Amino acid sequence: MLYRTSGQFKTTYRSDQALFPIRQDAILLGLILIFAWAILPFTASEFAFQTLLIPVLIYALAATGLNILTGYAGQLSLGTGAFMGVGAYACYKMITIFPEMNLLVAVLASGLFSAAVGVMFGLPSLRIKGFYLAIATLAAQFFLIWLFEKWAWLYNYNASGAIQVPNVEIFGVHFAGPLATSQAQYYFVLVVVTLLTLVAINLTRGNLGRSWKAVRDMDIAAELIGINLLKAKLTAFAVSSYIVGVAGALFVFSWRGAAEPNLFDIELSFRVLFIAIIGGLGSILGNWLGAILIVALPVVLNTVPEVFGLDIKSATVEHINVMIVGALIVFFLIVEPHGLARLWALIREKLIHWPFPY
Amino acid sequence: MEFLRAVFIDPFADMIAAPDFLLQVLWEGLVSGVLYALIALGFVLIFRSSRIFNFAQGIMVVFAALTLVGLHQMGLPAWFAFAGTLLVMFLLAVVIERVVLRPLVGQPDIMLFMATIGITLFLVGGGEIIFGGENKQMISDELGIPDASLEFNPFDGFLLIEARDITVVVGAALMVAALLVFLNRSKMGRAIRALGDDPQAALSVGISLTTIWVLVWFMAGIIALMTGIAWGSRAGVSFALEIIALKALPVLMLGGLESISGAIVGGIAIGVLEKLFEIYWGQPLMGGGTEGWFAYVLALTVLLFRPQGLFGEKIIERV
Repeated sequence: MLYRTSGQFKTTYRSDQALFPIRQDAILLGLILIFAWAILPFTASEFAFQTLLIPVLIYALAATGLNILTGYAGQLSLGTGAFMGVGAYACYKMITIFPEMNLLVAVLASGLFSAAVGVMFGLPSLRIKGFYLAIATLAAQFFLIWLFEKWAWLYNYNASGAIQVPNVEIFGVHFAGPLATSQAQYYFVLVVVTLLTLVAINLTRGNLGRSWKAVRDMDIAAELIGINLLKAKLTAFAVSSYIVGVAGALFVFSWRGAAEPNLFDIELSFRVLFIAIIGGLGSILGNWLGAILIVALPVVLNTVPEVFGLDIKSATVEHINVMIVGALIVFFLIVEPHGLARLWALIREKLIHWPFPY
Repeated sequence: MEFLRAVFIDPFADMIAAPDFLLQVLWEGLVSGVLYALIALGFVLIFRSSRIFNFAQGIMVVFAALTLVGLHQMGLPAWFAFAGTLLVMFLLAVVIERVVLRPLVGQPDIMLFMATIGITLFLVGGGEIIFGGENKQMISDELGIPDASLEFNPFDGFLLIEARDITVVVGAALMVAALLVFLNRSKMGRAIRALGDDPQAALSVGISLTTIWVLVWFMAGIIALMTGIAWGSRAGVSFALEIIALKALPVLMLGGLESISGAIVGGIAIGVLEKLFEIYWGQPLMGGGTEGWFAYVLALTVLLFRPQGLFGEKIIERV
């Protein structure tokens, strides 16, 4: 009933291709945005900010970046963690070299560095395909982590080898560093993530996105119909690494507060990959659903036994969490290879017809 | 000039100045290369028969080794624990085939690859719950692996070789020989290769997909157990092995995904070259730790010139 589409006539191609062809989608998204912008920041607890809200936003952004490369352009990447690291270290260097720099500018600019590195490691994709390409990204993963460890200039020659986020303020409000409140951090992340998600949605809907999808479905055929493979693949690597890099900068500046090289190791890459898979490859919405699931699962697993009065060690909970994620991946691949996003699409389809079967 | 000299001349001068040390480095590289090759062998076996890129091979090594040690700690004699582990690996193969692979028959390769990542996570979590995460001692004495050190004096120098490393190398060679005979001479082996060449045709002449898949995963499990014993006797058994097992990926890329001899050559080449690079270039020039990435960068460089690896079948794409 709520999703009835009757009466919404399209008279132009433009309106048919609009961001929200169905009015209810726009209303639903509007409600969610109001919730995220106006209600959550004032009602959420410190715990919710730090363990749920901010990580979900950041992981969703990182997964969006990966999804553009893997889900839209079909190039498997196992190096997301390292590219997040490039963004984080670039942001750290810029902020420490130019302390006057606006944090928003620094975060958005740090993506440019990871985009450059991403394109460099993406160059082999023109010759190497499929699983063989995964090795190129693994090379990036291990090499960059090693570089973060050995290149002391990157962490300003700290004795600990870790980077520590300094206090950064914009117009008198602290948005990063020890003095920043969770609320300010949340708003900062929300601004960046909303902006980049909108960009990502429109990129994937546009000309560039269509050429990526053609390359994903079959690159030789795409080349034959006149798509420039070099351009399509490298732009996919650039855009993907840019978004991932910005997510990495936010990861350290707005959430963790400090980072050492092994924070960006292969486990982070895999976590982002799982979010993209469980959410649904080739879908922007899926990244959000996947991020919510992966971030919330350990929190839920930690609290549920307490409610029932069971005493389970936190290490055990963590392992159970890993097992469940593994089982979920297999489950989704078997039951719904297109992930959570596809589940929502099916529900929406049903809602449109409801209460009629067809 | 100074830099060029440090890169192109000094390392070789060092090698010639201390040939016994060079031999020691080469031997260490060979042993770790054999271990990489063993893991890669499990990958190749599964890839050849089912086109599944089995990411879980690394964790299967850890899981097999942990099961072996765990059963022994429960009081079973070493060889019974060994048999028990084989049984566990067989059951694992049956369960994986039934629960994960069978519903996914005919899906794109990437789906099956991701499914094996799911299996990996499941085994990591399950393994840690059952066996605990701490480093364990491999029961190499109980299994009769010798524990002596042999000294040689080539070039008036000094070369130390552990007897267990020799056991590992010889054991690996025997296993590879047995595997090659099995694949090339036995009926089952031919069925495995037939399934890899053309699944449809193989099915139509009556080869059972499920039997072969269970068999192949079981064989990969046996290889994993052997690798686990070999590696565990050198460095103990822990989940850190899993990251090292990722090294099998560049080995595969170097050797080619379909080729057993490629996996062996690739493994040994990577083992030896990364040791040489680390000792003669990495430590003096780059502050060490290059073993973490050298294999991947090497594989990447080779792939740029030969996209199918050194021994892989030529990739022919049709539209």
